[in-house]
Amino acid sequence: MNKIRMEHGSGGRSTGELIEQIFAKAFSNEILSAMEDAAVVEGTPRIAVTTDSFVVTPLEFPGGDIGRLSICGTVNDLLMRGAVPKYITCGFILQEGADTVQLKRLVNSMAKTAKEAGVQIIAGDTKVVEGNGGIFINTTGVGFVPEAIDISSANGRAGDVILVSGSLGDHHAAILSSRMGIKNTITSDNAPLTDMVKKLLDENIQIRTLRDVTRGGLATVLKELAVSSGMQFEIEEGALPINLQVWDFCGLLGLDPLYMGNEGKLIALAAKEDARKALEIMRSAEYGENAAIIGEVMEPETESERGRLILKTRIGGRRVLDILQGEGLPRIC
Amino acid sequence: MRTMEDIASYLREYDGRTLKLMEVCGSHTAAISKFGIRGMLSPKIRLVSGPGCPVCVTPSAYIDRLLELAKEKDTCVVTFGDMLRVPGSRGSLSAARGEGASVEMVYSPLDTLKLAAENPGITYVFAAVGFETTAPVYTLLLEEAIRGGFTNIRLLTALKTMPQAIRNLMQEGGEIDGFLAPGHVCAVIGSDAFLPLAKEFQIPFAVSGFGDRELLLAIYGLVRMAKEREAAVKNFYPSVVTPQGNLIAKKKLETYFMPCDAVWRGMGNIPLSGLLLKDAYKRYDAGSASLIEDKKLNHGCRCDKILTGKLMPQECPLFGRSCTPGSPQGACMVSYEGSCYQNYLSDGGNA
Repeated sequence: MNKIRMEHGSGGRSTGELIEQIFAKAFSNEILSAMEDAAVVEGTPRIAVTTDSFVVTPLEFPGGDIGRLSICGTVNDLLMRGAVPKYITCGFILQEGADTVQLKRLVNSMAKTAKEAGVQIIAGDTKVVEGNGGIFINTTGVGFVPEAIDISSANGRAGDVILVSGSLGDHHAAILSSRMGIKNTITSDNAPLTDMVKKLLDENIQIRTLRDVTRGGLATVLKELAVSSGMQFEIEEGALPINLQVWDFCGLLGLDPLYMGNEGKLIALAAKEDARKALEIMRSAEYGENAAIIGEVMEPETESERGRLILKTRIGGRRVLDILQGEGLPRIC
Repeated sequence: MRTMEDIASYLREYDGRTLKLMEVCGSHTAAISKFGIRGMLSPKIRLVSGPGCPVCVTPSAYIDRLLELAKEKDTCVVTFGDMLRVPGSRGSLSAARGEGASVEMVYSPLDTLKLAAENPGITYVFAAVGFETTAPVYTLLLEEAIRGGFTNIRLLTALKTMPQAIRNLMQEGGEIDGFLAPGHVCAVIGSDAFLPLAKEFQIPFAVSGFGDRELLLAIYGLVRMAKEREAAVKNFYPSVVTPQGNLIAKKKLETYFMPCDAVWRGMGNIPLSGLLLKDAYKRYDAGSASLIEDKKLNHGCRCDKILTGKLMPQECPLFGRSCTPGSPQGACMVSYEGSCYQNYLSDGGNA
């Protein structure tokens, strides 16, 4: 069995073999091993639920792969509402011709990442379709939301500081380099931010908003937060953490790191008095060593300032930033 | 010695005669917006964007021809990404691709060689758009195509040269007090190429790079020259630009191309402002010479006035209303380097 064939999706013997040899081996736990139609699990009064589909090309890229990505993306979405991630379900859509050795690597990577992120894979499904060796993964995540938590994109208040947990555009630049055959040492930042969010919440930092920086990049995400909170956001160009290699890569290709996606970075809006402490915690947490305070939330003085995002440039100019226009780069996650 | 702070404060507080300065390079247009430079200048220094975005000045007939080719059997159009969304009179390449037309996006014209080698039954037509900066790269593709004996590679050219366009703009009554000369174009043709224009129209040129400080310095130099009405070319990008330019690139251009009349979108025909493959290389041309028609896509569109610095994008009746980056009515709103696109971005669409 080196390639996926249509019969692997039949529901019969070949499907059983596929599940046994690849999925069950990697994901084994009590709930999954029961092989019931649905998982029955413990819960709390407030749960967070999210779903995401992953279609990235290439399937394996510097610093990560679609398996790791499919856990990180969903876990991070749960974390951004202050939830403690608990369960994950996964659906695989395999095109015939998919390489089973590679599939095994991807599934093992998922299992490893799930362990790191502190989530259990409790249900799964596999389908096989005609095609040319593609692998697509959908994951759904469930997290428990502690009672006192109120973290939402609309919660930014005047005076809050804006923090970012690390360098911008790494995932996007890694994928693009890999697709274009450009040799460099840029690696994807795909990572679960469980440790960082847990520490911020355990230390009772007054967090108003958390948002992971994915497609569309920092500018798109911050603009959306400015609009939903009705505030004006100002960020400093000179304060933005950007990996030098990513910076040069963007310069060569005419790309703007402000609009490049990450898969393991978050933006936090925190109360001003907690700014220093929040920064220290982020820097001491896993995947947060380059965290920085990049700007602040301001009360809009005029109606046109409401929902506006301003970049203060190094030379003292002011640039209004909007959400990403146009296509961007398809299939980065 | 002057520091950057001195220069910034000079430009902020300038109170001499009102100056209208034009940048004629799309990358300058984009960089000026990106660094927020316009807001750092005295109201008496007005920066306007000229016809420096290659995509913006490509006439509709050219796009229409690309579309026809992309829909032909066994023909594939190869292009840089910025051409995909440009509307012709019957839609864009991007839309046609969605309907099954054959279009490949590449980052280098040389990528065409691999495609052509893998699929000998398909003719690959490269959409060769650009100024003196990009044109030499197409000669490299031609060289390799000839060396490799390829019979399935063609160019559809819409190549433009900058000095003639500036001459035309000044002859047509462009009231410009100075030009920010295009750094990349100058790297190829040399800063001396603008000397005759400086003399003829008694205006200054400042060659600029693309970094924040480089731009600010060149604008400062240009304001000083314009204030004194100094008809000269000064090079503020000496790390890259020399008076004579890149001799190898210039030689390649002379070998493969000859000057031709060219139609600029919104501006009409400008004599000898384009480049066409020489007769010896005609077999590589996909019929570029005949593409001179330029249909206005929307009669309200003021691209012509905007490209020549007579109107600011916000003064166009369509700007931010029916014409946005999501549904561009004119070419200046399509490209990242277009002045309307950049004004829309930094203005948040507040017309």
